[in-house]
Amino acid sequence: MTAHARPARSPRAPRRARSLQTSGSALYDIPGPKARARHLAYGLLATAALLALAGWVIYLLVDTGQFSGVKWRPFTYAGIQELLLRGLGNTLKAFAFAAVLSLALGAVLAAGRLSEHAPVRWVSTVLVEFFRAMPVLVMIFFIFVALQVQPLPALVAGLTLYNGSVLAEVFRTGILSVERGQGEAAYALGLRKTQVMVHVLVPQAVRAMLPTIISQLVVALKDTSLGFLITYEEFLHAGRLIAINMDYTMPFIPVVIVISAIYIGLCMLLSWFATWVARRERRSVKVTAQAVAPPEAGSTMPGAPGVR
Amino acid sequence: MDVLTDNFSLYGEGFLGTIRLTVYASLLALALGVIMAGFRVAPVRALRVVGTAWVTVLRNTPLTLLFFAMLLGLPRFGIALPFELFAVLALGCYTSSFICEAVRSGINTVPVGQGEAARSLGMTFGQTLGTVVLPQAFRTVIPPIGSTLIALAKNSAIAGSFSVTELLSTYKTLNENGYSVIWSFVWIALGYLILTLAISALFHAMERRWGVAR
Repeated sequence: MTAHARPARSPRAPRRARSLQTSGSALYDIPGPKARARHLAYGLLATAALLALAGWVIYLLVDTGQFSGVKWRPFTYAGIQELLLRGLGNTLKAFAFAAVLSLALGAVLAAGRLSEHAPVRWVSTVLVEFFRAMPVLVMIFFIFVALQVQPLPALVAGLTLYNGSVLAEVFRTGILSVERGQGEAAYALGLRKTQVMVHVLVPQAVRAMLPTIISQLVVALKDTSLGFLITYEEFLHAGRLIAINMDYTMPFIPVVIVISAIYIGLCMLLSWFATWVARRERRSVKVTAQAVAPPEAGSTMPGAPGVR
Repeated sequence: MDVLTDNFSLYGEGFLGTIRLTVYASLLALALGVIMAGFRVAPVRALRVVGTAWVTVLRNTPLTLLFFAMLLGLPRFGIALPFELFAVLALGCYTSSFICEAVRSGINTVPVGQGEAARSLGMTFGQTLGTVVLPQAFRTVIPPIGSTLIALAKNSAIAGSFSVTELLSTYKTLNENGYSVIWSFVWIALGYLILTLAISALFHAMERRWGVAR
């Protein structure tokens, strides 16, 4: 909740509405003529610096001949296209497996942490805390090297363990943040524990937590690139193959440009989807109890969702 | 047990490498993150655009891709730096986007009256932000920055695969020397646990010392 929304300050709302238009911040006055001129100068300066930077990058690219036709021709070969598409397909496959399995593991661990049986609760707490504290790469390497597993299962297992435990915490907070009266009313109607959970608490919790869940899936999608390090034939791996195969022309930079654009584009799409869901959620009349925080980096201590 | 005692210097070297990476990258990330947060709330539109673009792009970039592009791409433009410096740059830039968002949401928790009072005293944007708002925001952003830096420490493991000396990459040498893989990983895991718990303890202490609930 931002400070702007304080009801006590409503008498002065019109003025704030105006300052909100310019900035959304109380950090500076509505600029007068002098300040406007100064801001314009700063703006021009910043734009000039940016353009200079962009120009320098483009100069470097052109200077080293990155835009020459020779370097981009490989992308027209059917074999190269197939290699890249197969890499992308493998990335998406790993992501799909990891996403589905982490959601399942998250649900199981969250149910464990909310269980009424103390031993179950302890075990799930230890698991969740341990897997959140370990670097995901250490787990992937451990499964790959020590347990001698194929790259894909190793990658999926590592991602599932990490994201599953983070999601477990997300689910748990979601369920705990459903208004107490909801569960009490359901028990009063004579529903059993499982029924209360399945029919009353979980649907509301998932609704409220959907943006956070999706932004955790963005983390999973980003982390599929770790498969590159254990020789899983994903997107980056395909790019590297192209880059080192044609050592005569070395179209490394074009490959990086293409791959980054697609990778970052995919992650941005998913992030925007999360923001869109969050906005829709806030507008929705059906949910009024929850103020869902927008998906953003770290809001709690160790291993918070979405931090990686 | 003898995996650790036999290779203490190897582990120590790796552990120190990870700590070095974490400390330098943290400093870079904090500096860049605060500057970018300043940009994002600045009155100049161009600066806001820069800050927003920086955060949006870097938060959606896989860290491995960033390492890949930086460590293998930059040398082709004749920018030759030690691998460790590249790793610090990649980690620092990546983490700065998360720090920026944490600081920005911290700035939003400072009551409007503080900024208004500073302005009514005739302070400029820089003075308002630097001497009034940021010091107060600092108190609320301690926990999120702590968890971001813990994530940074964990992410530094990726650098090992790009020939930078750090803790995870010690397993290769141990594996070649025929030591038990399971045990070498146990000690590696312990090393990371020590590091993350230390950062967590540090930030808990800072939180107790300076933190305020808003």
